[in-house]
Amino acid sequence: MEIDPFIFRLSIFILSIFVGYYVVWSVTPSLHTPLMSVTNAISSVIIVGAIIAALANSSGSIFETSNIFGFLAIVLAAVNIFGGFLVTQRMLQMYKKKKK
Amino acid sequence: MMSANLSALFYLVSGILFILALRGLSSPETSRQGNYFGITGMVIAILVTFFSVGNFGTGFIYVLIFLFIGGSVGAFIAFKIPMTAMPELVAGFHSLVGLAAVFVAISAFLQPEVFNLGSSGNIKLASLIEMSLGAAIGAITFSGSIIAFLKLRGIMSGAPITFKGQHFINLFLGIIILLLIYYLCRSQLSNIFWSIVLISFLIGVLLIIPIGGADMPVVISMLNSYSGWAAAGIGFTLENSALIITGALVGSSGAILSYIMCKGMNRSFFNVILGGWGATDQNSSSQTKEQKPVKNGNADDAAFLMKNASSVIIVPGYGMAVAQAQHALREMVDALKKNGVKVSYAIHPVAGRMPGHMNVLLAEANVPYDEVFELEEINNDFANCDVAYVIGANDVTNPVAKTDPQSPIYGMPILDVEKSKSVLFVKRSLSPGYAGIDNDLFYRDNTLMLFADAKKMTEEIVKNL
Repeated sequence: MEIDPFIFRLSIFILSIFVGYYVVWSVTPSLHTPLMSVTNAISSVIIVGAIIAALANSSGSIFETSNIFGFLAIVLAAVNIFGGFLVTQRMLQMYKKKKK
Repeated sequence: MMSANLSALFYLVSGILFILALRGLSSPETSRQGNYFGITGMVIAILVTFFSVGNFGTGFIYVLIFLFIGGSVGAFIAFKIPMTAMPELVAGFHSLVGLAAVFVAISAFLQPEVFNLGSSGNIKLASLIEMSLGAAIGAITFSGSIIAFLKLRGIMSGAPITFKGQHFINLFLGIIILLLIYYLCRSQLSNIFWSIVLISFLIGVLLIIPIGGADMPVVISMLNSYSGWAAAGIGFTLENSALIITGALVGSSGAILSYIMCKGMNRSFFNVILGGWGATDQNSSSQTKEQKPVKNGNADDAAFLMKNASSVIIVPGYGMAVAQAQHALREMVDALKKNGVKVSYAIHPVAGRMPGHMNVLLAEANVPYDEVFELEEINNDFANCDVAYVIGANDVTNPVAKTDPQSPIYGMPILDVEKSKSVLFVKRSLSPGYAGIDNDLFYRDNTLMLFADAKKMTEEIVKNL
């Protein structure tokens, strides 16, 4: 019997939860704020869905309702991607060691 | 056009780069490199999507324009935002992820052919469940984060809003959502899909309004987690491994942070979510408050005490952020170090309005991160320290948490400030903290109260050193 591809995606999902669990526990507490801003940025990889939605033109027009939702999602995700990574970078630049 | 297999492999690469981005945060030295991994992963994911769609017509130009608009807004915010406002910024960003997830789910519902999910009115069962879950969690994240943003920004009062039957209503609405998803799968009617989205927006609001201002660290972490699950839901719909991996990472990250925050307050997650803490206590404590004598000091006394100490521990809290006192504090510490005093900082896990908030503020004021310690690392040192300088913290130093089983904060891990030889407590008045309880520390013999704004007092002390 063939395995449904959904099961493979579910496996990736569950394994990633475990990876996330161990990786996040090893994050030093002093970097928890940058952790939140960077997870914010990477969860905006949802932009891939937005791009597909925006570029779809089954009817020949690129301004169908579904395209417009795609474009709106691109704007929102882009704010997050640039904002998230840049503000994380800005914070991480500030963490310095004691001058010896 | 790129083959589906090849693009799937590239999405896997982005997923791995995102894991490395989080991995980098295990130490400040590797963190900057980690952030570059994250950026690379994002660039790969976006480029691969362009090539796999393979449509470089007018639509593509529009995509670039919208990307540019959003990107400039994001970059502008990232450079302008003061570090004290990080909690509301993160809450605001969460709301955007949530709304983006809702929008993508709506597009997928309206044009399922594009995403290979069947055809309109005949969408695959699994996809329908995945997209409605993604949309529902996304909508909850969006409206919940908006409320959190308004509370953190001070536009909305931080006081919990509670009414009778609140939790029953939330439970009821949750069940309605599940029933609607069931009917959506049977009927494929778009009205049901819209109802799911609308009710979820409502749940988000109802879920966050009963939670008080002091519990915001938990709320932000929780919404962080939700935004991840929403992304994962959409990832299943789009059959995209980068999104599934990222959603799982972010979801578990937020969940762990919520757990750490709850543990820092010795409260269960449900206790926080059900909310209402601090609303009733505040009234009762103001009525029963008895006038106990406190020792009142000024900047001169404080400067004298610290100058002659051999070790000083600074305990910063949210009040420091409000007063923007971190730079003045740094100057004070520099002056003390010149006098040969050993200074370190003690950070409670729930100090501030989000996880790690105090650390960022101190880093901004150029405090080296190896002088800043977590509760477990430094708590034993209070017994050997001469002066503890409490600036803007309150409940996290209250010894009642160890002694009075009746107290709402009983059992909460606290910084053992009272064990140091003397305590300098900077505070504007004797008013109780967010938990609404009187701090026993104020009335101890070894405590000197410094009634003033945190920044002004610290500047005064610098002048007297």
